[in-house]
Amino acid sequence: MPKLNKDEVHPKILETLLADTDISIEDALENEMVLNMGPQHPATHGVLRLLLRLDGETVMSCVPELGYLHRGYEKLAENMSYYEFIPHTDRLDYLAPMANNVAWALAVEKLAGIEAPPRAQYIRMIITELARIASHLVAIGALAMDVGAMTVFLWTFREREKILDVWDILCGARFTNSYTRIGGVANDAQPEAIAKVKWFIDQYEENLDECERLLNTNRIFIERLDGVGIINGEDAIDMGLTGPSLRGSGVEFDLRRAQPYLFYNEVDFKVITYPDGDSLARYFVRADETRESIKIIRQALEKMPQGEILLNQPKKVLPKKAEIYSKMEELIHDFMIVNFGINPPVGDIYHAVENPKGELGFYLVSKGEGNPWKCKIRSPSMVNLQSIPRLVKGRMVSDVVAIIGSLDPVMGEADK
Amino acid sequence: MELKELIEQKLKENFSSENFVFSEYRGELTLTLDKKNIVKVSSMLKGNPDLQFKLCEDITAVDWAKRKDRFTVVYHIYSLKLNSRLVLKANVDEEECNIDSVSSVWKTANWHERETYDMYGIKFNNHPDLRRMYMPEEFEYHPLRKDFPLMGIPGSLPLPKK
Repeated sequence: MPKLNKDEVHPKILETLLADTDISIEDALENEMVLNMGPQHPATHGVLRLLLRLDGETVMSCVPELGYLHRGYEKLAENMSYYEFIPHTDRLDYLAPMANNVAWALAVEKLAGIEAPPRAQYIRMIITELARIASHLVAIGALAMDVGAMTVFLWTFREREKILDVWDILCGARFTNSYTRIGGVANDAQPEAIAKVKWFIDQYEENLDECERLLNTNRIFIERLDGVGIINGEDAIDMGLTGPSLRGSGVEFDLRRAQPYLFYNEVDFKVITYPDGDSLARYFVRADETRESIKIIRQALEKMPQGEILLNQPKKVLPKKAEIYSKMEELIHDFMIVNFGINPPVGDIYHAVENPKGELGFYLVSKGEGNPWKCKIRSPSMVNLQSIPRLVKGRMVSDVVAIIGSLDPVMGEADK
Repeated sequence: MELKELIEQKLKENFSSENFVFSEYRGELTLTLDKKNIVKVSSMLKGNPDLQFKLCEDITAVDWAKRKDRFTVVYHIYSLKLNSRLVLKANVDEEECNIDSVSSVWKTANWHERETYDMYGIKFNNHPDLRRMYMPEEFEYHPLRKDFPLMGIPGSLPLPKK
C-alpha cells in the first residue's frame, strides 16, 4: 500500500495521531495486544463488551463495558404508576419474565402493606419455579453451545418450549407475560394450564437426564469447564455474587431459605451447593436446581387451595374487568387507581427475591403519590458480571467464553 | 428488637462519641449516620465477628430535589451469620457532593458506586476507578437527578442531522 504523506492526511486526524504519545514503535514488537470482544458477539449473551489485554493467548487483564442496552428503566419508573411498570419488568431478565413480575408485585405489596390471597401466592410460586427451570435450561444449553456442543442447546430449548406453552395457556403470551397484578395474579390458573404443568413435571426429569448424559460424559465439555474461572466462597461474597454463581462456590445462601417469601417456608427443598467454585460447579448447580424446582412445583400443586386470586382491597387493587363494566363502585375505584395510582404510604422498602440469575431486589421510595419517588433495580446479572475481570485473569481467550456462559448474564437486566 | 440492640451495643463500644439514629419500617432496620463515618462504621460492621455483614447487596442514592441535604446514599448490607439485612443511610449535600468510597470494604461496591456517580453525580472519594457505568463518558448530565427531564436534554447526545 502506498504511504500517505503528511499533507494528504486531514489536519484533525494528524493532530490526534501526534497527540497520542502512548503509541511507539516498540509496541508493535510486543506480544501484548488488546482485543475488543463484543458488544456484538454471539458468546457474550447480549450486548456485553469486554476489552481484553492479551499476551499471546493468555488474558492479562479485562475491562467490561456495560450500557449498550441501557434504557433508563429507573427513570421511567419514577414517571409511571406501579401498575404501569409491570410490563417493563418483563424486559429486565427476559429469560424469566414471570419471576420478575412476581418480584415487582411482592415489592409493591410490601410497600403498600398488603398481601395476596394464598391461592395467588401458590400460583406465583409455581410460575417462579417454572421460570427458573426455563432460565436454567437456556443457561445450560447456551453454555454447552459456547464450548462447542450444539445438540444440547436444541434439546434444552425443546423443554423450554413446553414451559412457554404453559405461559401461553396461562396468560396468552409466551414471552413477555405481565401475568401478576398488585395483590394477586391476572387470572386464575385454568385446569388446562395445571394439567400441562403436571404433564411437564412428570416427563421433565427423564429429559434432563438425557441432556446430562450428553454433557457429563463428554470429555471435551468437562475439560473446557473443569477448573476454569475459579472463585472461592469468601471472595464470591466479597464480589457480591448471588444465585447459582455463589452456590457454585460452596456458600449455602438462597433467599428462598434465608428470607422466605411466598410459601417457601412450607415446602421442602434442598439448597444446592458445589464446593469447587469453577464453571463446571456452576453448571452442576443449575442442573440440580431445576430438579429441586420440580420438587417445589409438585408440592405447591398439592397444597394449592381453592379461593380468590385477587385481594379485595379496592383502594390498592384493580377490580376485575367484568365488575368494572357492571358495578358503579368498581368503576369508580378503577378510575381512581388508573388515574391517580395506589398511593402507598410514605416510606421506603427493599424487597429481594431469589431469581434464576441471583438476587433481584427492588428498592422503592414512596412519597405517598401514585408514582414511585425512586425505584432502584438491584440486578443480579450486573453484579455477577463485576467478577469477570477476576475470573478470566490468566486464562485463555477461549475460556472467557466458557466463563461468561457459566455466569449466565442477561444484558437486559444488567443494563436496566 | 434483638438485632438493633446488638448493633447499638457494638457501635457504642467502638464509636462512643458519635451519633447514630435507628429507625424501622416494615421490618427493615435502618441506621442513619454521618457521611464522614461511613467507612469506619461499615468496616466495623463487616469485620466484627458477631455481626459479619459481609455481603453488600446494593448501593444507591435518593434525590430529594428540594431538601437541604439533597441526596441520601443508601447501602443495603446483609449478614449471612445473623441472616438479616441492615440499611445504612448517609445524607449528602449538593454543595459538597461527595462521600467516601466503601469499595475498600466490599469489593462489589465498586460498580454500585460507579453507577450512583453516573446517575446522580455523587463523587466517591478514594474510589479506584470512578467512571460512568452506563452513560457515555462525554455525557455531561446525571440522568436520575430530579431536574433531568424524562425526554432528555436536546443536544446532549449527538444525533444524525436533518
